[in-house]
Amino acid sequence: MRLPDKTTTIEAAVERIAPGATIMLSGFGVPGTPFQLIRELVRQGQGGLTLIKNDANETGMGVDHLLASGQVRRLITTHIGLNARAVAMMNAGELEVEFCAQGILAERIRAGGAGLPGILTDIGMQTELAEGKPRIEIGGVPALVETALRVDVALIHAARADVFGNLAYAATARNFAPLMAMAADVVIAEAETVVPLGGLEAEQVHTPGPFVDHVVALEALTEEYGIVRR
Amino acid sequence: MIARAAREIAPGMVVNLGIGLPTKVLDHLAPDFPVCLHTENGLTGIGPTLPYDRADRNLIDAGGAYVSTIPGSAFFDSATSFALVRSGRLDLTMLGAFEVAQNGDLANWKIPGKFSPGVGGGLELAQKARRVVVVTTHTDRAGNPKLLAECALPLTAARCVSRIFTELAVVDVTPDGFALREIAEGTSVAEVAAATGARLHLPADEIPTF
Repeated sequence: MRLPDKTTTIEAAVERIAPGATIMLSGFGVPGTPFQLIRELVRQGQGGLTLIKNDANETGMGVDHLLASGQVRRLITTHIGLNARAVAMMNAGELEVEFCAQGILAERIRAGGAGLPGILTDIGMQTELAEGKPRIEIGGVPALVETALRVDVALIHAARADVFGNLAYAATARNFAPLMAMAADVVIAEAETVVPLGGLEAEQVHTPGPFVDHVVALEALTEEYGIVRR
Repeated sequence: MIARAAREIAPGMVVNLGIGLPTKVLDHLAPDFPVCLHTENGLTGIGPTLPYDRADRNLIDAGGAYVSTIPGSAFFDSATSFALVRSGRLDLTMLGAFEVAQNGDLANWKIPGKFSPGVGGGLELAQKARRVVVVTTHTDRAGNPKLLAECALPLTAARCVSRIFTELAVVDVTPDGFALREIAEGTSVAEVAAATGARLHLPADEIPTF
């Protein structure tokens, strides 16, 4: 038996994204952000998008290009403080922003990836973020119902991939990637290195290949992936 | 203030230091002090911050600083990171504050109409760390007290703060409200009380200085 080869071009992979799609993007700040896939999405121009990402990167980087090009309608995120454009667009009503507690965002995505409709939590019950969310009592303790998140497409950055789509992440670039790579109908991974079958040891795999639909090899890393000198 | 706050960290603890002021606490820990530092974006065992020319582009803390690993460090995803926080494995977190109420309510994420960048991991740290201490200036830039009878700003979490370190004092949140424990050298009790926006219980004996 031989596992199938899922490698493709970045153009063909991103063409899977329809206008109005819901999209998860891996990354926490720079580490793990799929900058090249984002650039290609900007080039292709699909609009009316709903994005789910931990943050909005920084002005001039990553998600910010999609905001600048007007392709984003709605953003589900935890913190956008490093992107003045995102804050300004939110305040001007040009971008709908839903804030979610970081670990609850992770669990909502994990639930979406695990085929569960939602999670129960007491996080944020004493805050305005709980407004409008259903409450139930479980074991005599009140809890909020947080809905699962599942999207049309996940854009994932991996340090290494094999051609079947087994993925491995580097250091703190892992963050949301393994969760998002389970929570989308189409999962596109860009990888810094793509190896043949067997090039990734089974023990080293963070995301198993069956979750991944397309693998794009990055020919070179643009400067967006580099150190940010603030 | 920072040096005093650093003494809050006991050997063996798992600790998360919030973005901003509290990260400076690190500079006051001995290099061989036995503590495990956690950061939300997926690392336990945070090592020293590195200069740009030695930094790893994939290795940051939740504040974006280029940190490093030490022997025994571990990387993990964001769900695992907050499982650690919510399940009681985080012994201590040090956070900044806009307001702290005398019942321990904390407001540190939003000033309506002025500042609303999002909550990040702050809700879970404040609500679920075993001990929450605040490191902050005693008053805001306009001179208004940050220690109040009640928070006016949107809450991060209710009744979560145990202790507050400021440049003027160490104040505990007790069932009876704020209790003054220590004052900074060169400060008077009257000065601390005047800068505090709620009743401040004073110790019966002479108050220690730091």
